[in-house]
Amino acid sequence: MANIYVANRQIVKPGDLLAEGDDAIAGSYTYKVGGKVYGTVIGLAEVKENAVSIIPLEGVVVPREGDLVIGVVVGVGVTNWFIDIRAPYKAVLNAGEAIEQFNPLTDDIRKYFDIGDYVLAKVLIFDRSRGPILTTKAKGLGKIVEGLVIDVKPSRVPRIVGKRKTMVEALTSLTNCSMTVAVNGRIWIKCPNSLLEDIVIRAIRKIESEAHIPGLTDRIRRFIEDEKRRAGIP
Amino acid sequence: MSGRPTLIGEDGLRHDNRRPDELRSIKMEVGVLKNADGSALVEFGNTKVIAAVYGPREPPAKYMLSPEKAIVRCRYHMAPFSTAERKSPAPSRREIELSKVIREALESAIFTELFPRSAIDIFIEVLQADGGTRTAGLTAASLALADAGIPMRDLIAAVAVGKIDGVIVLDIDELEDEYGEADMPVGMMPSLNQVVLLQLNGVMTREEFDAAMNLAVKGIFEVYRLQKEALSKKYMLYIEE
Repeated sequence: MANIYVANRQIVKPGDLLAEGDDAIAGSYTYKVGGKVYGTVIGLAEVKENAVSIIPLEGVVVPREGDLVIGVVVGVGVTNWFIDIRAPYKAVLNAGEAIEQFNPLTDDIRKYFDIGDYVLAKVLIFDRSRGPILTTKAKGLGKIVEGLVIDVKPSRVPRIVGKRKTMVEALTSLTNCSMTVAVNGRIWIKCPNSLLEDIVIRAIRKIESEAHIPGLTDRIRRFIEDEKRRAGIP
Repeated sequence: MSGRPTLIGEDGLRHDNRRPDELRSIKMEVGVLKNADGSALVEFGNTKVIAAVYGPREPPAKYMLSPEKAIVRCRYHMAPFSTAERKSPAPSRREIELSKVIREALESAIFTELFPRSAIDIFIEVLQADGGTRTAGLTAASLALADAGIPMRDLIAAVAVGKIDGVIVLDIDELEDEYGEADMPVGMMPSLNQVVLLQLNGVMTREEFDAAMNLAVKGIFEVYRLQKEALSKKYMLYIEE
């Protein structure tokens, strides 16, 4: 029988003893040694029967294959772009993955994406030895030309999305803004007007700083409604 | 008396009125620097050390990289104003050595294999030196790593023990280090009961070493408790609001 020493949503720190027993399961950001499960980062504990995992409150996120990321073009080669995706690794976007019928002899790829452009892309290949290599060959991907992109802590992305996307739905339905949340902590927002834009940004900042306090979705919902009333938006 | 101060008084207390097994007053704060990914300020009495952590990130030169793990780069440095007499800001032999032992201690705690082809940079700056700077630096660096969200087996807590006038004492300061017979910094991962740093300057018998080690472990668990407290405090602030 596994002994669990932490409650759900409790703040845990590196080296905290979380669980003990041969059948205790070490989830993400934990490890097991000598039948004991320890935490490795500062975060919130998540207990599911015998398994303990941690939702980190700090740290970089290393994207995985298939993840949606928003990057900034930092370099242009002859057949590829170098893109900063806020990970420990610089991403590469090959021209063939962005342009139909790309011909390096006749095409100047600067015409498509130039330095400083924001690009919504998907991670195509990424493993321990190679990558990340991106692609924009899918619906909705490519250069971001309208709205605005804000940076948040990558560790806050799961809270901004919420369980079964509840938080994103609350944010978008209450403000009529559209939001694309990328795993690397960049959010693309398109709003009908600047007043709503301001409210959404302040709501996101509130989520960022209060990510570890329970009852967040309801608090954010109330916050947006209060702010809308104050700004005189129906 | 050729200017040698009394280290242990007749009442058994040390020159600063501490008992032999007493730590100095310790202060810790996490998240003190905005630009760093993680940071911590640690004070052991008059010793004051700040640590900053960056990464995991791309290093400036690719040749340094390892394909299987993150490389850890560590700089221990004493500020020119940290000592009574101005210290040259150029890295000394001693600082290079301490950077290495601190790096090796931290490497044993960090899960470097999670971030291949990247670098983790740790900067330890001694603002005020009054003995035990390497242990305060190591304590601060492990707090800063936790603040940066870098996965670690455990926090590292460290403290120096020593022998002065034949007495084994905890957390020695500059004066005791200078006139004492031995100085032994110890760093541990307390939850796992593993030693990650152990140095000894001076001479101790086997019995004295055992006593010193036991005293160090006792001190380390107290430092460890304060580290955990400092980490929680960063998140408590929001709850109280």
